[in-house]
Parts: sequence; structure tokens; C-alpha cells
Amino acid sequence: MTALTDVLIAVPLMALVILGTRAFPFLLFSRRDPPPMIKFVERFIPPMVMAVLVVYCLKDIQWTAWPSGIRELFSLALVAVLQIWKKNAMLSIFGSTALYMLLLHFM
Amino acid sequence: MIKLYRYFVILTGYGQQKIKSVYFTTMKQYIRNNTVFQAAFPVTIPVLFGYLAIGIPFGLMLVKAGYPWPLAPLMSILMYAGAGQYIAIGLFAAKVPLLGMLLTILMVNIRHIVYGLSLIEQFKGVGKWKAYLIFSLTDETYALLTGVKVPENVNEGDFFGSIALLNQIYWITGSIIGAIAGTWIPFSFAGIYFALTALFAVLLIEQIRRTKDLLPVIIGVVCAVASLVFAGPSKMLIAALASSLAILILVRGKQK
Repeated sequence: MTALTDVLIAVPLMALVILGTRAFPFLLFSRRDPPPMIKFVERFIPPMVMAVLVVYCLKDIQWTAWPSGIRELFSLALVAVLQIWKKNAMLSIFGSTALYMLLLHFM
Repeated sequence: MIKLYRYFVILTGYGQQKIKSVYFTTMKQYIRNNTVFQAAFPVTIPVLFGYLAIGIPFGLMLVKAGYPWPLAPLMSILMYAGAGQYIAIGLFAAKVPLLGMLLTILMVNIRHIVYGLSLIEQFKGVGKWKAYLIFSLTDETYALLTGVKVPENVNEGDFFGSIALLNQIYWITGSIIGAIAGTWIPFSFAGIYFALTALFAVLLIEQIRRTKDLLPVIIGVVCAVASLVFAGPSKMLIAALASSLAILILVRGKQK
């Protein structure tokens, strides 16, 4: 275990590294405009990132062992059905989360 | 101190009702008059549940690793990165040298560069909030900022800033609860973290509805699954974002 004093040195430095990754594009393009290529693709980045993040949330599922992600897939299906049908984000999120918790409890 | 004060109140019967009602009316008035809060808070509710659900285990793990509880809020205030903070506990426990820690944290958080790239235009009009918005750009805040519409009667910067600030408050609160009382939290809350998965899924559907374009989503899914298979769960995020961004630029970058 790292000593507390070393941890207290490491935490602000790690915080600076994290801030650096977040601020990098803004610092890089603070004076000049981003290249047109980046400007053109930037509006496609959010849907792409959301797709990656949804898959990322499923990364720890053991697909070869029971229950093989069935709970997650059922709950995600409910999100999709509710959101396309009712267009109410709260209903979709909490309806599916409730289903997921029930499945987790009873399966 | 509070007990003494209550005793005094009961003893003298002095204005207890009055104090209570004044306090609550001011709170209510503040919330009612604050349209920014009214607009921002509902948007952040899924993150409230999600961040409590993953912030509490973080605080608990940090204390179980042998560190005092104030380190949890300290990390949540300064670092404010879910995956980064979890990995930091592992790095502390394994006694990794400082340079190794910093490099690992860099690799875990380098994905944020992709987020910033798509926010350069959006953050031009946010005024005094800009520095904080960049500092607090987590996956969930990014998802909300790119997915919500700014209401007409609300200042854009205040709206985005309030969302970001509320999210961080939830995260700090979760880590404090976990660090102080984590062992008493009943197990029946298991699974509530799914709120974040559902949030990403809802925002994905809304992005598709808005852009009417499936190609970026297909690129994202294919790259994410491929990265999960070939790079493994711990490295999939950066592999997926880098490869999908490269493919997106190749496919769409030439069109004008």
C-alpha cells in the first residue's frame, strides 16, 4: 500500500493529467480553427461515442456463462421500446433500471 | 450543539414553527425563481442515481484499502473521473511508482480528447463557465451536454454549467457516503448503476432521431465490439474511440 503522504502528492498530479486530457483539444485550437476535416466530423462524434459507451457498459458480461447478459439485453430492449414509443427519457431510464434490478434480484 | 438548541426551543417554545417555515419558504422560493436550476436538475436525475451507485462503492473501497475517508471527497473534487479514481485505488494498493501511476491515468483518460474535439464550437458561447465545463467533462456530463436542448428562457452557459456542477456534487456526495457509511448500505440497491447504461442508450436513440444517420452508430458499435474482443475490457474504451474516430474521418472526412 502506498503511504498516505505519497498518495497526497500523487492525487493532485493525477488530477493535472486528467485535466490535461480534457483541456488538450481546447488549448490546441484556442488560437486557430480546427482543420476542416475535424470540423466536418465533429457532429458525428456524439452518436458514435454514445454507441461506444453503451457497448462499454456491457463489457463485464460473461457471455458464455449463465445468465449471459440476458438481464442487460432485456433491460436495454425495454429502454429502446419505451424511448421510441413514449419519448420520455425518465420513464425509459427508470423503467428499465427497475426491470434490471428486479431481474438481478430474481434471476 | 444542535441538541442543546432543540432543548432550548422546546423549553421556551420559541418560534420553532416560524424558523422552519421561513427556512422552507426561502428554499422553495430559491428553487422556484431559479429557472436554470429547474431546467438543469431534471436532466441530471439519472446521473444522480448512477453517480451515487458508483460513487458509494468507490468511497467504500478507498477506506477498505486503508485510507482515511477525507481522501475520497478530495479525489472526487480534484480528479473527478470515475474510472480514473477506481484505477487509482488499485495503483495505490499495488505500490506503483508515481510515473507509472501518471501514465496509467493518462491512458485511461485520453479518451476525453475525443470528447473535447466535438465541443470546441459548443463551448464558445458559455462564458465564465468554460474552464469549469472543461475540467468537469466526464462521460456522463459529455453525454448530457451533447444530448440536451437548451431551454429558450435559460442562458446556455448557466444551463451547461449547472448540469456539470450538479453531476460533480452527486459524485462527491456518493464518495463521501461510501467512505463514511458504505458498509451499512443495504445490498438491495444492487443494479441501480444500470441507470447510467440506460442514460447512454436513451441519448444514443435521441442522437439517431436527431441526425437521422446510422453510420456513426454502426462504426461505434463495430469498433467497440472489436476492441472488447481484441483489446479486452480494460483497454476497450480508448481502442474503440481511437479506431472509430479514425474510420469516421476516413469515411466522412472527405465529404464537404
